[in-house]
Amino acid sequence: MSNILLAGFGGQGILFAGKQLVLAGMKQGKEVSWLPSYGPEMRGGTCNCSVIIEDEPIGSPLVIKPDILLAFNGPSYEKFAPNIVTGGKLFVDSSLVNFEGARDDIEIYPIPATTLANDNGLTGLANVIMLGYIVKKTGIFDAEYFENSLISGIPASKAHMIDFNKKALKLGFEYEG
Amino acid sequence: MGEKLLMKGNEVLGEAAIRAGCKLFFGYPITPQTELAEYLAKKMPKVGGLCLQAESEVAAINMVLGAASAGERVFTSSSSPGVSLKSEGISYIVGSDVPCVIVNVQRGGPGLGGIQPAQSDYYQATKALGHGDMHFIVLAPAYVQEIATLMGEAFDLADIYRMPVMILADGALGQMMEPVDFGEKKQREIPEKTWACNGHKNQRAHNVVNSLYISPEVLEEVVVERFKRYAEIEEKEVLFDEYMTEDADVVVVSYGITARIAKTAVKAAREKGIKAGLFRPISLWPFPKKELASLADKAKCFLSVEMNMGQMVDDIKVAIDCKKPVSHYGRTGGVIPTPDEILAKIVELNGGEN
Repeated sequence: MSNILLAGFGGQGILFAGKQLVLAGMKQGKEVSWLPSYGPEMRGGTCNCSVIIEDEPIGSPLVIKPDILLAFNGPSYEKFAPNIVTGGKLFVDSSLVNFEGARDDIEIYPIPATTLANDNGLTGLANVIMLGYIVKKTGIFDAEYFENSLISGIPASKAHMIDFNKKALKLGFEYEG
Repeated sequence: MGEKLLMKGNEVLGEAAIRAGCKLFFGYPITPQTELAEYLAKKMPKVGGLCLQAESEVAAINMVLGAASAGERVFTSSSSPGVSLKSEGISYIVGSDVPCVIVNVQRGGPGLGGIQPAQSDYYQATKALGHGDMHFIVLAPAYVQEIATLMGEAFDLADIYRMPVMILADGALGQMMEPVDFGEKKQREIPEKTWACNGHKNQRAHNVVNSLYISPEVLEEVVVERFKRYAEIEEKEVLFDEYMTEDADVVVVSYGITARIAKTAVKAAREKGIKAGLFRPISLWPFPKKELASLADKAKCFLSVEMNMGQMVDDIKVAIDCKKPVSHYGRTGGVIPTPDEILAKIVELNGGEN
């Protein structure tokens, strides 16, 4: 069972990233739900989305105490890291978030996703790098299965993005800190 | 089982309407239901339908009245403040005995309120969405999948009983994505619309669709006749769902998105050894009175859980004839209750710590 919260700035692809996790879960026959924040924040401010992947039918679609938090910016880290369950996992874009003095009762997985994206000609794909990283580190999905799931969702009109996404995922899969 | 698609509740409202043979949508944008109109704007032209953004909610509901009078399947959608604007038109539609579907993806109120999910239009939907002696059917889905099922059912019920049917959803349900399988819908027998104003072609007498009756005796007769239909609906069209209510001491009554949160709380209560159950009205009008009443002898108490200040409590009290105490737990203004909060209330009602 996974209660996942993804949070960051509007425009970082938070909702897209959440949707990829849910799609991959659905195709495996899991119960899944995806709930976005839909206030004015989605137009530039902070933005988040609740993703639940379970074996049992889902009750509340709202993730309040995440098992896994993906923090893509400082305000999201400040706001949501205290809510992670004890023993939960924090994935954090270390190029944007200062997480000094973070909780010691959770597992922390920092990755400079935005810097990696920029350095590899993948600006805007920090979210996909992060997805690769969490898939690998949590084992929530098989890496190859997840890549196929994500790629198959790319419409023909955006076929030129396939290689960029594969490259971004690979960076995430292979990142070792 | 067909293919599972991952869709937003708002999109499913639109797709299910198209699959129910509805080709006309008139609406005006408002958060949190705008994706519905957005979806239909893309899809309706492809199926030979029309999705029109009216100049206001008032215009939209009167376009619905017009299209419905011509015998077409038609629907409109809005969120709380926008639905209030439609109330005059809805009363006219009831008074004209024409079918249509109205969607309310609720947000916090009163006034402009907020844009986050709420259920604070329960009274409005079930008691008084418009002037006059009137009712209409109100269905409250709790899952994106259920939106697909109920939307098709809503169009059938509207045609069969010649009245509006409301889908009462909320911002969370509208915005969230879940897998949905449109599958096959059970077929209902739909009466021919012999009353429709769709051109008599010199083959029959003029049809008149109207809600004005100057003679009190005539109006009384029309209203009484309508209430016979309401009685039939209360007899035949009640929808509800139950979870572990058979031996429940604490019966939680909850609908829509809140019911699924309450279900998590009920499961947790059972794990603590508390005999809790969930009764979920799906039709809010007709309210499942008999079914709730049948639980009243065994249960110790009832707990209404809603995203409002307790609007369903009276309906529960009437249904069970006040045989057992009815409490309320709710959040309002756009706040979604947590399973833990509901569980704490169940524990409290069960006599404290277990």
